[in-house]
Amino acid sequence: MSIKATLLASGAAVLIGLSGAVYAQATHPVSGEALAADQTFTYRILDEFPSFDPQLAEDVSGGEIIRDLWEGLMNQDADGNLEPGVATGYTVSDDKLVYTFTLRDTAKWSNGDPVTANDFVYAWRRAADPVTASEYAWFMELMSLQNASEILAGEMAPDTLGVRAVDDLTFEVTITQPLPYFAQMTTHFTTFPTHQATIEAHGDQWTRPENIVSNGAYVLTEHIPAERSVRSRNPMYWDNENTIIETVVALVINDENQALTRYLAGELDRTEVPAGQYPRLAEEYPDEALSFPLLCSYYYNVNLTDTGPEALQDVRVRQALSMAIDRDIIVNNVLAGGQVPAYTLTHWATAGFEVPEVAAAAMTQEERNAAAVALMDEAGYGTNGAPLSVEILYNTSEAHQSVAVAIGQMWKQTLGVDSTLANQEWQTFLEARGNQNYELARAGWCGDYNEASTFIDIVTTGSGYNDSKFSNADLDALMVEAKTSDDPLPLYTQAEQIIATELPILPVYHYASVYMLNDAIQNWPVNNVQQNWYSRDIYKIAE
Amino acid sequence: MYSYIFRRLAVAVPTILILIVLSFMLMFAAPGGPFNSDRPLSPTVMANIEARYGLDQPYWKQMWDYTVNVVTRFDFGPSFQYRDRTVNDVISQGFPVTLTYGFWSFVVAVIFGLALGIMAAIRHNSWLDYLAVGISIGAQVLPNFVMAPILVLVFTLWLGWLPGGGWNGGQWEYVILPVVALSTSYMASIARIMRSSMLEVMNAGFIRTARAKGLPMYRIIMRHALKPALLPVLSYLGPAFVSMITGSVIIDVYFSTGGIGQFFVNSAFSRDYSVIMGITILVGVLTILFNLVVDVLYAWIDPKIRY
Amino acid sequence: MFPEKAVADGLVDAAHLAEVQGRSLWKDARIRFFRNKAAVVALVCLIAICIFAFFGSALAQYERDAIDFTLSGPNAYKGAPSFETGHYFGTDADGRDLYARTVQGTRISLLVGIVGALIAVIVGTLYGAVSGYFGGRTDGLMMRTVDILMSVPYMFVLILMLVIFGKSILMLFVGIGLISWLDMARIARGQTLTIKNKEFVEAAIAIGVRPMRIILRHIVPNLAGIVVVYSTLLIPGMIITESFISFLGLGVQEPNTSLGALISRGASQMQYGVIWQLAFPLFFFIITLFAFFFVGDGLRDALDPKDR
Repeated sequence: MSIKATLLASGAAVLIGLSGAVYAQATHPVSGEALAADQTFTYRILDEFPSFDPQLAEDVSGGEIIRDLWEGLMNQDADGNLEPGVATGYTVSDDKLVYTFTLRDTAKWSNGDPVTANDFVYAWRRAADPVTASEYAWFMELMSLQNASEILAGEMAPDTLGVRAVDDLTFEVTITQPLPYFAQMTTHFTTFPTHQATIEAHGDQWTRPENIVSNGAYVLTEHIPAERSVRSRNPMYWDNENTIIETVVALVINDENQALTRYLAGELDRTEVPAGQYPRLAEEYPDEALSFPLLCSYYYNVNLTDTGPEALQDVRVRQALSMAIDRDIIVNNVLAGGQVPAYTLTHWATAGFEVPEVAAAAMTQEERNAAAVALMDEAGYGTNGAPLSVEILYNTSEAHQSVAVAIGQMWKQTLGVDSTLANQEWQTFLEARGNQNYELARAGWCGDYNEASTFIDIVTTGSGYNDSKFSNADLDALMVEAKTSDDPLPLYTQAEQIIATELPILPVYHYASVYMLNDAIQNWPVNNVQQNWYSRDIYKIAE
Repeated sequence: MYSYIFRRLAVAVPTILILIVLSFMLMFAAPGGPFNSDRPLSPTVMANIEARYGLDQPYWKQMWDYTVNVVTRFDFGPSFQYRDRTVNDVISQGFPVTLTYGFWSFVVAVIFGLALGIMAAIRHNSWLDYLAVGISIGAQVLPNFVMAPILVLVFTLWLGWLPGGGWNGGQWEYVILPVVALSTSYMASIARIMRSSMLEVMNAGFIRTARAKGLPMYRIIMRHALKPALLPVLSYLGPAFVSMITGSVIIDVYFSTGGIGQFFVNSAFSRDYSVIMGITILVGVLTILFNLVVDVLYAWIDPKIRY
Repeated sequence: MFPEKAVADGLVDAAHLAEVQGRSLWKDARIRFFRNKAAVVALVCLIAICIFAFFGSALAQYERDAIDFTLSGPNAYKGAPSFETGHYFGTDADGRDLYARTVQGTRISLLVGIVGALIAVIVGTLYGAVSGYFGGRTDGLMMRTVDILMSVPYMFVLILMLVIFGKSILMLFVGIGLISWLDMARIARGQTLTIKNKEFVEAAIAIGVRPMRIILRHIVPNLAGIVVVYSTLLIPGMIITESFISFLGLGVQEPNTSLGALISRGASQMQYGVIWQLAFPLFFFIITLFAFFFVGDGLRDALDPKDR
C-alpha cells in the first residue's frame, strides 16, 4: 500500500477506534460490564405517599424516596449489614448507654452546606417534638432515647432529648437501656438529618422540588402527586462518583395488573407480581421474576376481649382453627409467590433468629386436621357440637380476599365452622381493629429493625399494637429480660412457644417480595430482608 | 331571561353554603379519622395534630372558620393527608387534568352520540338503525373497568402505539386513551336518548307537514327537528358533563393521570376532610353552573317554556 | 231542538262503549308491543335470564362457595369450562365454580337493577312532575334541593350509609335507588315543562281538574315514553354502580357475588389466559342490558300516545 493509503487507513482505524470508545460508554468500575447509555430506573408505587419529609413519612414508598434523597448515620449494604453513611463509624460506652458517632467531613447538603452533627440533633428533636405531629414519633421512644417518652407525653421540652453535638463532626446519643440493635435503628428514615434553615424558611412547602435541600445521592427534580416523582443525581453527594443511575422515576399505578401490563410493554423497570401469577411469570421470564424474603408476617388477630365471641376465648377452639388452616395450600396455590408458611410470629429470616419447633409445624396436614377436629369436639363446637360461625375482617384487597376465602373454606370443610367475610376500606378497618370491633381480623406486621423483638413486642401487654388485647405475664417478663440479655434467642424461643400455645394471633405466612425486575438492572439487594434499597447501589447494563 | 339568570346565580350562593354544611355533617358522621394508622399515636402527638388542623374545636366552629376562609380568601385549607400540600394545590394540579380529558370526552361523546342517534332515527328499523343501536349499547354496556385494561392491552402492550398511562403535562398521546375510555359510555347514552327523542319528533305533525311540503331531509333535521329533539338530551347533558369532569375515578386509577377523581376517592378513604370538602364544593359549583346553562338552553330551544 | 230519546239512548250506549274503548287502549299497546319482533325476542331473553338467575342453581354441580384448591391461584388456567368436570363455565381465580357464581351474580344484579330503578323512577318522576307542574317558587325550591343533593358526592353518601347502617343488600338497593332519582327528577321536570304548556293540559285546567289529578292522569302518562327509556338506561347504570361499589369493597359481601363483582374480578385476570372468567359474566351482563334496552324501546313504541 502507498504511504498515503496507509495513513488514511490508520487514520480511519484510529477514528473508528475513538468513536467506538465513545459509543462503548462507561463500563462498571468493579465488574467491567458495559453500562447502558440511559441510566434511568423507573419503578411503580401503589399509591401516592402522604409525605417524604423524613420526620413525617410513614409508609414504604415514602421511605424508598427518602433513602435516595437523604442519608442517615449508617446505611445497609446488600445483605442488610451496617455500613458507614454520614457517619464513618461509632463507639459505644462501657455501660452500652452512650453512642458516639463520628461524621465524615466531606458530607454536604445539595446547596453546598456541610452536614454537621447539629443537623442530626435538630432532626431527632424534631421527630420527637409533639408540635411536629410526626406519625413516627414513637420510633424515638422505641430507640429508648433519654427523655423521649416524656417529650412525647408533653412533659418535657424537645431540647432535653438525649442527643448532643459534641462538635460539628461528633454526634452523641444517650439511651436509657442497652439495646443490641440500636445502631441498626439509625438506618431508619425518621432519623435522617434535615436542613434546618430550609424548613424554617419554607415551612410546610420545604419538600417542593424548588425548595428542597437534601444530603443524599439524589435531589428531587419533579413531583406530581398521584402521577409521578423524579429524582436526579446530586453532584454534592460525598460519594457521587460511585453513583451510576442518573435518574429515578417513581410512577403511581393503583392497579397491579395494569402495572404488570405496562412493565411488559417496557414502560417500567420494576413492578410487583400479582398474587398467583409468579409461577407462570417465572417460567416465561426466568431472569425477571424474582422472589426473596421480606421481613413481614401475615396473621389473623383474635379478639380476646369481652366483645369477642365466646367460642374464641377457648384456647382449644383457637388451636383447632389454626391447625385446620392448610398453609401449604395458601402459600402454593393461592399466593404462589415464594411465601413461607408460618406457625410462629417472627419472620424466619430475621437476623439472629431461629424458628422454634412448634408441634403443629411438624405434623402433616392430615394429622393437623385430625387434631383440629378432636379439639373442636372437645370444646363442643363444629360438626359434632354447637354450630360455630366466625367473621373474618380484612381490608379491601384481592389478595386478602383470596386468602380469607380459602381459609373460610378450609374451616368449613374440615371443622364445619361457617365464616362470613367482611371487608372494609383501610380507615374503617383500622378503626374497627383498633377498637376490638371484630372477631378475627387480618393483620400484617413488618419489622422496624432486623431483630426478633420487633415482632414479639406487639403481643406484650403494654404494646399499642396489641389489637388482640392479649396479656400474658410470662411473655411480658421474657421480653423485658430479652432487652438487656446478651443472648436473647432462648428467651425469644420461649416467648414464641407461648404464642404458639395461646394463639392470640393465628399465624398464616411470612412475606416474600415478589417482583418483576428488568434484567438489565444489576445489584439489586435481594438479601436485604427489610428491602432497604438504595438507587446509588444499582446500575443498568447495556442489552 | 337575564333576571332569571341573575336570580339563579343569587340562589346559588346559599345553595353552596348549605352544601358545605351538609358535607361537613356527613363527614363527621363517618367513622374513622384522618390520623388512624397501623401504629396508634401517643395522645400528646394526637392532640397536637388535632390542634394543628383545628379538629379539636367544636364542629360548628370548624364549619364557620372553614366557610369564612373559603368565601373570603378561596383558601380551602391544608390537606390532612399530604403534608406539604394545601387543598388549593391539589385541586389546581388535578382539576386541569380532569378538565382536559373530560372536555374532550364530552366533545367526542356529543358529536358521535348525536350523529349516531340522528342516523338511527332517520333510518328507523333499518340495518343502519340496528347497527347504530348495537354499537351504542355495546359501548355503553362495556364497563369502564373492562374497557380501560383492554385498551391498554391492545394499544400499549400489543401494538405499542400509545403510552399506558401517566399524563406528562397533557401531551396528546396521553390524552387519547382516557378520552376513548371515558367518552364511550356517555356517547352511547346520548345516542340512545337522541334516537328515541328524534323518533318522537319525527312522528310529530309539523314534521309530516314539512315532509309533505317536500323539504329535503337535511333541512328538516337541522331546521325543524333538531331543536325539539335536543331537549331530553340537554337534560342529560348537564349532569353528564359534570360527572365526566369530576372524573371517572376508574380512568384516573387506570391511567394514573393525577386527576381529581382519584384524589377524591383516596381522600374519602383516608378521611382527608379538607380535600373532600374542596372537591365537593367544586363539584357543587360546577353542577349548579351547568344546570343553569342547561335550563337557559332549554328556554332558548322551546319558546313555550317560561320562567 | 232536543235530540230524540232513541238518539239520547244511543248516546248513552256510546258513552259506555267509549269507556270500554278507553280500557282497551292498553290492549292496543300490548298488541303494538308484540308486533315489535325485536322487543319480543328481548322479552323472551329477559325471561330466560330470570329463569337462569332464579332456578339455574338447580343445574349447578357445585356450591357457589366451594373451592377446588387444585384450580386456584397459579393453576387457575387449568379451570377452563368443560362438561366432564361439571364446571360448565369453568372456575374463577379462587377455584370456585363459575356457573354457580354466575347464577347468583345474575340474580343479585337483576334485583339491584330492578328494585333500584323502581325506586328511582317512582320517586323521581313524581318529584319532577310535581316540581315542573307547579313551577314558580315551588319549582325553584324543589330543583334547588335536587341541585344540592346532586352536588353531594354520591359515593361518599353511599359509603357513609353502608357504614352506618351496615352492609346489606337492602342498604344497597336503597342507597343506589336514592342516588338515581335525582337525574330522573330533572328529566321528568324538563319534560313536564314542555307538556304543561300543551293544549290538553290547558283544557284540563280550564275544566277545573285538580292539580294532582292533572299530574297523575295527563302529565305522567305523557312522560311514560321518556321515563321508560331512561329507566332502561338506569338499570344498567345501577348494575354498573353496584359493580363500582363492589370494586371499592362496599358492595355485596363474600361469599355472595354480583355480576359487577364477577366482571371486575375477571377483567383484572384477563391477561392471564383465563378469559372465561370475564367472558361468561360479561356475556350475561350484555345480554341482560340488550334485553332491557329492546324491551324498553318496545314499551316506548307501544305506549307512545302520539301513535294513537
